[in-house]
Amino acid sequence: MILSVRDLKVSFRTDDGIVRAIDGVSFDLAEGEILGVVGESGSGKTVSLLAVMGLITDPNAVIEGSIRYKGRELVGLPASELRLLRGNEIAMIFQDPMTALTPVYTIGWQIAEQIRAHQRISKAAAMKRVEELLAEVNFPNPHEAMSRYPHQLSGGMRQRAVIAMALSCSPALLVADEPTTALDVTVQAGILDLVRKLRATHNSAVVFITHDMGVVSELADRVMVMYAGRIVERGSRQDLFADSLHPYTRALLGSIPPLTGDKPHRLPAIPGSPPSLLRLPKGCAFAPRCPVRYEPCDLGKPALGDGNHAAACFRTAQP
Amino acid sequence: MIYPILRRLAQMLFVMFGISVIVFLIFFATPGADPAARIAGRNASPEVLEAVRHSFGFDRPLYVQYALMMQKIFVTGDLTSFVNRGWKVVPAVLDSIPVTLSLVFGAAVLWVVFSILIGVVAAATRDSWLDKLLMALGLLGISMPVYWVGEVMNLVSQSRYHDTWLFSWVPPLGYVNFSDDPKGWFLALVIPWITLSILYIGIYGRVLRAAIIESMQEDYIRTARAKGLSETRILLRHALRTSLIAFVTLFGLDFGALVGGSALLTEVVFGLQGIGKLTYDALQSLDLPMIMATVMYASMFVVIANAVVDFVYILLDPRVKTS
Repeated sequence: MILSVRDLKVSFRTDDGIVRAIDGVSFDLAEGEILGVVGESGSGKTVSLLAVMGLITDPNAVIEGSIRYKGRELVGLPASELRLLRGNEIAMIFQDPMTALTPVYTIGWQIAEQIRAHQRISKAAAMKRVEELLAEVNFPNPHEAMSRYPHQLSGGMRQRAVIAMALSCSPALLVADEPTTALDVTVQAGILDLVRKLRATHNSAVVFITHDMGVVSELADRVMVMYAGRIVERGSRQDLFADSLHPYTRALLGSIPPLTGDKPHRLPAIPGSPPSLLRLPKGCAFAPRCPVRYEPCDLGKPALGDGNHAAACFRTAQP
Repeated sequence: MIYPILRRLAQMLFVMFGISVIVFLIFFATPGADPAARIAGRNASPEVLEAVRHSFGFDRPLYVQYALMMQKIFVTGDLTSFVNRGWKVVPAVLDSIPVTLSLVFGAAVLWVVFSILIGVVAAATRDSWLDKLLMALGLLGISMPVYWVGEVMNLVSQSRYHDTWLFSWVPPLGYVNFSDDPKGWFLALVIPWITLSILYIGIYGRVLRAAIIESMQEDYIRTARAKGLSETRILLRHALRTSLIAFVTLFGLDFGALVGGSALLTEVVFGLQGIGKLTYDALQSLDLPMIMATVMYASMFVVIANAVVDFVYILLDPRVKTS
C-alpha cells in the first residue's frame, strides 16, 4: 500500500462551535491505482486530501488519526520533513488553473522552481527537463510555452502546465482536486486522457476528487463516495455502478442523464440539501433526504462495513 | 517595448502642456487683476510697470503671452523676479533641484528598505507580539507630524546633546554640495532623511503587511506549498513579489509629490534651500514668475515619476504588457 489512512478526523474550531469536517475516514491506495473520491461540496473530499498533503494551514484545525505514506506516519511529522515529500513524492493538481499559478513568473520558471527545490541540478538542466515535461503533457510548442506567463495561456493549457508541474519530480502519489471542473467538456476529455496516460508511464497512484460521476466512471479503478465528512460507500468501479448499495450513491447515479433510450422529462434530483456540519443529526446524516429511511436511521450512525464493497447504511448494506 | 515607451512620453508631454496652460491662465488671465502689477510687485514705478508689460507681452494677445512665458522658462531661461530685484528665476530653481533630490532620494532609500523589512517581518510573524509592536510603531510614525519630529531632532542633536559623543558629529543646519564634500553632504542629510522617512516607513510597512497577508490567501500560495517550497521562499518570492505591485504605485505618487515640493516642511525645518522652500518663499512674497516656474517644475516631476512607475510596473507585472 502506498497510502493508508486510518480513522482520519479533521475538525475546525469556529465561533459557532467545533465543525467536524472529516469524521473517521479510512482508505487504502495501492501503487498505480486510481481512486475516485465523489461527493457534494462540503462533503469533506477536498479537506481529507489536503490533510494528506499537510496543506491545512488553518491554526484552528485539529487533525487526528493516522496517515501512512509508504509506511511512514505523516500526522505529526515536522513541517520541514513534510515539505521534502510535498511536490517530490506527493504532488497535487488544483481545481482552478486560473488562479493556481503565480501571475508574475513564466510557467517554465515555476516548474523549474519545483524541480530545483527537490533536486540538485543546474538551471539549464532544469529548464531542459521542463521542456520535456511540457511536451509530455501535449503542449504544441513546449520551448515557446516555457517563457509564457499564466495569463497568456488558456484554462486548459494552464491546467496542463499545472499537471506538468505536479509530475516534474515523478511523484508516487498524485492528488487531483477536481482538475476538470473549471474547464469545458472537450478540454476535460483531454485532461482525463492525460491523467490515464501518465498513470501508465509514471506508475503513479492517483486520487481523483470530483463531483462528476461521469468522470469517475471513465477513470477510476475504485471509488469512494463521501457525505457529510464520512465515507458512505466504497467499492470497485464495477461494484459501484452496477450494484450500488447506498441510497445516496443510487441517487447520484440516478441524476446522470442517460445516453441511450428515452430521456426522462426531468432529471431526478435529491430533495433537500446537505446538512450543516455544525448541526449533524444524531443518526445517519443522509436520513433527512433518504427515500428508504426507517426508525433505526434516526437513532445511530451506520458503520461502514468491511470488505471491498461496503456501504454505511442500515437498510441496504446490512446482512 | 519601444512603442509603449514612446506613447507614454507623448502622453507626458501632452499632460505637461495642459498643466502649463492651466497654470498660465490662473495667474495671467484671471479677470480683474493686472498681471503686470503683480509681477512688478508693490510700489513699482510706472517705468518698471511699462517694462514688465512689454517684456511679458501683456499688450499682445493671450497666446503670444503664453509663448513668451514658456520661452522665458524653457528656452532663454531669463525669467526675472521683480519682487527680489532682478533675481534670475530659472537658475534659482535649478540650484534647488539637487538639494530636494538629495533629501528625497536618501529618505526614499531608507523608507523602501525599512518598510519592506517591517512589512515582511510583521506578515511573517502575523498576530505575534512582534507584529503588534511593529504595527504600533508604524502607527506612531504616521501620527507624528514631520515638522515636530524635525524640531525635536534639531533640539536634541543641535542643542541639548550636541556636545555629547552621540551627536557631536552633527554639522550645523544647511546643505553641503555632494561634489564639494561627499562626507559633509551625507552628515548634513542623515537627520533630515530619517525625519522625512519615518512617516513613510510607517505607512508603507503597514500597507505592505496587509498586501502580503492578502496574497498569502491566494491559490497560488497553496500551489507553492504543494510544490514543497520553504516558507521563506514562499513569502519572499511569491507573496512579497506580487505585493510589490501595489507598493510601487504608492511609491511613485509619493516620490513624485515629494520631489515636486511636498518635502517643504522638512526643508524649512532643516534650512535646506530646496524646491519646497523656494515655493514657500515665493508664495510668501507673491513672486509670480517664481511661482510659475516652481509649479511647472513640480508638475514635471510628478508626471515623470508617474511615467517611471508605469515602466517599473511593466517589469513587475507581466499582465500589464499585454493589456
